Amino acid sequence: MSANNLPIEKHELVIVGGGPAGLAAAASARESGVRDILIIERDSQPGGILNQCIHNGFGLHTFGEELTGPEYAARYIRRVQEENIPCRLGTIVTDISRDRRITCISREGVSLIDAGAVILAMGCRERPRGALSIPGYRPAGIYTAGTAQRLMNIEGKKIGKEVVILGSGDIGLIMARRMTLEGAHVSAVAELMSYSGGLKRNIVQCLQDYGIPLLLSHTVTNIHGRDHIEGVTIQEVDEHRSPIPGTEKYYPCDTLLLSCGLLPENELSRAAGITMNRVTGGPDVDESLSTDIPGVFACGNVLHVHDLVDYVSEEAARAGRSAARFLSSGQDLEKDTAAVVLKAEGGVRYTVPQYIHPSGMDDKLTVRFRVDNNYRDRYVSVYFGSERISRQKKRVLAPGEMEQVVLTKEKLLSYPDTKEITIKLED
Amino acid sequence: MAAKKNNSTPEIVELTCIQCPIGCQLKVTVDGSDVSVTGNTCPRGEIYGKQEVTSPVRTVTSTVPVDNGIIARAPVRTAAPIPKQSIMDVMEAVHSLKLTAPVTLGEVLISNVAGTGSDLIATRDIPAAS
Repeated sequence: MSANNLPIEKHELVIVGGGPAGLAAAASARESGVRDILIIERDSQPGGILNQCIHNGFGLHTFGEELTGPEYAARYIRRVQEENIPCRLGTIVTDISRDRRITCISREGVSLIDAGAVILAMGCRERPRGALSIPGYRPAGIYTAGTAQRLMNIEGKKIGKEVVILGSGDIGLIMARRMTLEGAHVSAVAELMSYSGGLKRNIVQCLQDYGIPLLLSHTVTNIHGRDHIEGVTIQEVDEHRSPIPGTEKYYPCDTLLLSCGLLPENELSRAAGITMNRVTGGPDVDESLSTDIPGVFACGNVLHVHDLVDYVSEEAARAGRSAARFLSSGQDLEKDTAAVVLKAEGGVRYTVPQYIHPSGMDDKLTVRFRVDNNYRDRYVSVYFGSERISRQKKRVLAPGEMEQVVLTKEKLLSYPDTKEITIKLED
Repeated sequence: MAAKKNNSTPEIVELTCIQCPIGCQLKVTVDGSDVSVTGNTCPRGEIYGKQEVTSPVRTVTSTVPVDNGIIARAPVRTAAPIPKQSIMDVMEAVHSLKLTAPVTLGEVLISNVAGTGSDLIATRDIPAAS
């Protein structure tokens, strides 16, 4: 019994979130021998964001075929069901403590769970209008692209007929096509940057196929309408992203969709006291995807926003294996060695993981990162200390595409004095 | 398409290749039955460029209303990519559909949808609500 007389459940492994990351982590933890696993999911169904991503293009790496989001999710849901791993639906985790006590709430009330290990798999959410500082009233008819996607594809709600989209992230591009196919007219997609962060195939198949203009270096500078949106002003921006006077153009619309970036959903991690990374918005992790609270691991979009779900599944499987190893050893054996710090420089925005215990590495470790701009014909170089140990030529690097380098344990152990590994772009 | 050679000037179509992140700018020249691709840096680009100009295909995905299901819409798609010019015909067929739960993933909802040779299938299990 706890201090407030609630009974305390015990589970070996608790996974917070039943989306692609949580499901893949559960399947892999079971494969690695964890018997008692509980997934906690706040929605009424497992599958997370994939359930509303009804378009195709998922799973090319994992399954060698192009699935829709629900089909990709179904493969993992089936595995979890076949393994009889319970998924507690309609349940929200409100607190995780340093000693891995989890507080959650459902219609049945509050419950407490003591977990041997925890995997954070809460995903991310969209940057809302409030974070964009667009002047104008706050009328109805403004949605984040993902909210509109859920309303249309799951709840069957009508959104609007005359649409403007701000931001050319992939969800915005996908929704431009989706709304067009449902009979709406999308007059423009405005993008503040001089390039789109969306995938090329989405620009071609969601915009160009339907003649929807992509206005690069443009943004919405005013929202018109008091009760319901009636139109927006779109303006060109200069190289400092400031609106250029005289370029204002009025677009009548009944719907404005926002596709302006995704933010890892880490309120629980921060409240637990986990050290966070300023660039990714996710926890700092080591080679096992362990946060700096022993036994608490992170994977998927809560760790850093991914471009492809295939990489989420792969990363989550690693978190599942790491949690299994932690549970069977009772502690982080790796932590007895000093950590090597990974540094991102020269166009590389961040790396995941952020530090490595060489003795805890598998034979190979995939380090993922993103770049800060569009580049052509650059080398991705890896330095151990001041010595360059590898470089790989890349014809194209783009902020929207996740990149990776693979480090080998053998190589790192042959440089025992390495304190820092730097990953950077070079000419 | 364009099976016969004629004397008109060759048509040039500019495309962004989507086979990989490099995104080569392709120039596809159509001269009667001769189709040639430049600007590609690998064989996949040539195949894509020719296909896009002569017989482009797309997978169509959408949702349809479901009665008595645990959610209000069932996601659907064409089982295979269909000719691009048939997209709106497929959508018209999709809009005429109304389902009742249960719906099974992979279930054929319309065979040979809009005469495309491809079936329209459900992409999610929707159990009945009660």
